[in-house]
Amino acid sequence: MTATLIPSQTAAAARVPVARVYRFELVKLLAQWRVRLLILACWIGPGIAVAVVSQQTSLPADTLFGRWMHATGWAGALVVLGFAGNWVLPLITSVVAGDVFSSEDRLGTWRHLLVAVRSPRRIFIAKASASLSVLFVLVAGMAVSGIAGGIAAIGSRPLVGLDGHLLSPGDAFGNILLAWACVLAPTLALAAIGLLGSVVLGRSPIGLLLPAFAGIVLQLAQAVPMPAAVRLALPSYAFLSWNGLFTSPRQLGPLLTGSAVSLAWAVTATAMAYLLFVRRDFTSTANDGSVRRVITFGIAPLAGVLAVSAGVLAGVTGSTGAGLEQDKVQVSLATAFGHLYRLQSSELYHLNVTEAQLRVAASCTKGGVASAAGGPGNDWRCAVSWHLPGVNDATGQAIYQLDVNPNGRYVADGDGPQEVNGYFMLHTSAGDTPNPLWQFDGLVDLLTPTSKG
Amino acid sequence: MRMEDIAGNHLAVRARGITKCFDDVVALDAVDLDVVAGQIHGLVGPNGAGKTTLLGLLLGLAVPDRGSLEILGMPAGRALAAPDGVTGFVDGPGLYPALTARGNLAALSALRGPGGQIADIDEVLAQVGLSDVAGDRVRGFSLGMRQRLGLAAALLTKPRLLVLDEPYNGLDPAGKKHVHGVLARLAADGATVVLSSHRMDDLEALCSEVTIVSTGRVVFSGPLGKLADEGREIDYRLVTSDQQAARQIAAATPGIGVIDDAGNAPHGEGFAVRALLPALDELVPRLVQAGIAVRGLTPLVSPLEAAFLALTEQQEEGSSR
Repeated sequence: MTATLIPSQTAAAARVPVARVYRFELVKLLAQWRVRLLILACWIGPGIAVAVVSQQTSLPADTLFGRWMHATGWAGALVVLGFAGNWVLPLITSVVAGDVFSSEDRLGTWRHLLVAVRSPRRIFIAKASASLSVLFVLVAGMAVSGIAGGIAAIGSRPLVGLDGHLLSPGDAFGNILLAWACVLAPTLALAAIGLLGSVVLGRSPIGLLLPAFAGIVLQLAQAVPMPAAVRLALPSYAFLSWNGLFTSPRQLGPLLTGSAVSLAWAVTATAMAYLLFVRRDFTSTANDGSVRRVITFGIAPLAGVLAVSAGVLAGVTGSTGAGLEQDKVQVSLATAFGHLYRLQSSELYHLNVTEAQLRVAASCTKGGVASAAGGPGNDWRCAVSWHLPGVNDATGQAIYQLDVNPNGRYVADGDGPQEVNGYFMLHTSAGDTPNPLWQFDGLVDLLTPTSKG
Repeated sequence: MRMEDIAGNHLAVRARGITKCFDDVVALDAVDLDVVAGQIHGLVGPNGAGKTTLLGLLLGLAVPDRGSLEILGMPAGRALAAPDGVTGFVDGPGLYPALTARGNLAALSALRGPGGQIADIDEVLAQVGLSDVAGDRVRGFSLGMRQRLGLAAALLTKPRLLVLDEPYNGLDPAGKKHVHGVLARLAADGATVVLSSHRMDDLEALCSEVTIVSTGRVVFSGPLGKLADEGREIDYRLVTSDQQAARQIAAATPGIGVIDDAGNAPHGEGFAVRALLPALDELVPRLVQAGIAVRGLTPLVSPLEAAFLALTEQQEEGSSR
């Protein structure tokens, strides 16, 4: 007689559906105290912070919309958004996405998971989806909490946009929701970098810090002078480009470009992570990352996306400079001044003047250069002139010092005359109110072609 | 290999000439393996022998580079396509420390879904003796408790082939006894168990057959009794009424080597001799004829352990040449 194998009523075990693996991954993520703490902090923290800051006499005027936190509750949610884009979102992506694969390496649970699920592809999809779901809950929490805190503390009043025009509470609410939705794109990019780092670096703790590190480096890059095409090809620009929703008309070019670039980074990094993950040999215990693998699957593909994006943007827009040309600064400043002058006239004299009546114009120099000036810096000096409504042929003139950020934002600081922009507060019949022309924020569209050119 | 030894028996696993390499490292080199269905089969070998790699192949985590492997009647053609009913763990049980013991099992149970063959969670926790700590987070568990929970996770899926890598790690004697009981019941119910250890004594009480692996090759595979009969010299402690005279007689007996003296013996008693069983059969009557009472004659290591050590040492010496 010879030995015989077990008679085969046996079939290969069915793979577990993605939905079940997704639920399994969510259970594991939500069982971690740090994730629970993050959820709690994101849903409560921003609201409390906005409510508290809104009650202070000194506001964070150096933060976008911070100077308007006394004026409307909607400003608080945007302050939270600006802060989150700089610091919080990279950190929470680190905690959630940066550890989602490497934690299995550290716990030694890969083989157990694979034996149970029998499909690396499904595990990857479930893990990526679960971490993105948690990230979505965290971002939604920050948005809802920031809005709720501001409205509860100050109330729903019109919001002054980045070109000085007034947004009704309804418009402000809609734009704020859109702005939070827009930062999901760069958050996805960082999350994908986190997934990639987590797969590439194995149990190395460096993977956990990668999204935070990448986020901070990319934010710092935004503060460095560089061609607009390169700036917009960095996913971090999408953390800023929501600003364009708060001008009239909206600056959709940078917004859509930033979002598209972020999604390209997200797709590339996720695809690399996927390829690496499904090719991994799980019977081998050595998976702590190698320099070659980091370069091949991590740095090279993303550098390629950056190069291609920058090349395409430069080609399509024809822009090779910083996008901060003199005439664009002048137009932006004149527009913002016109809107805010209307606001000041309305508050002081209850006058309903129009921008058409004012015919505001601005003339700027940078560092003493009067012609073809451009670029970021705090040495912009602008003279704004306008027609005084109701006074034949009389014009007014005001001086502003501009600090223009490389990413297109600027702060205009009034430098006289006193009656226009010299006083911090205005004495109105309704009481004292901040002078909108004393200091204000503005935004230059980096992608708009110059009128001269 | 040794198909005649298991003639007529159904096999749960049949491997022929399987080889698995990791880059330049040959983890398994032309390994043959037969595992009879419904038995507990031990896989033993020193650290780095290739046990975990072999178990990984049985679990379907990878496929061999060369050779054929059939599991529960199904050829292993591609990774992660092991038949239904194959489960277990390699490199320790896969547990999530943030979840409770019950939470780990419930999550695994949810993965299988409502249609999956799943045992009752409380029942398997009771089987491995963890009912009292079912609600505790796994991060506070000892290694032994983790091993038992890993076993419970494997039992949850009602296995037909259970593959366990070093399941006795961290277990105290009571824990070992508990696990023995669980595995014996499982085999009695018709499941096949393949478990590894680097200690022969862990497997002696439980396994009907063992496979000894050393440096990626099988150096023995078959019933434990056959291993014990391999006819190798082993060390015994001999305690007599007159140690000095007994030592002289032992030294003069053919086939007996005196390798120890009373000073090194535990409790200061007896001395050690190295011999085959026939030589001992010769020695004992000589002692009695000389008027020396034999108070004890016990192996210093078990015959199986001695055979294991001899086989693996031979293989390692052969590989290093």
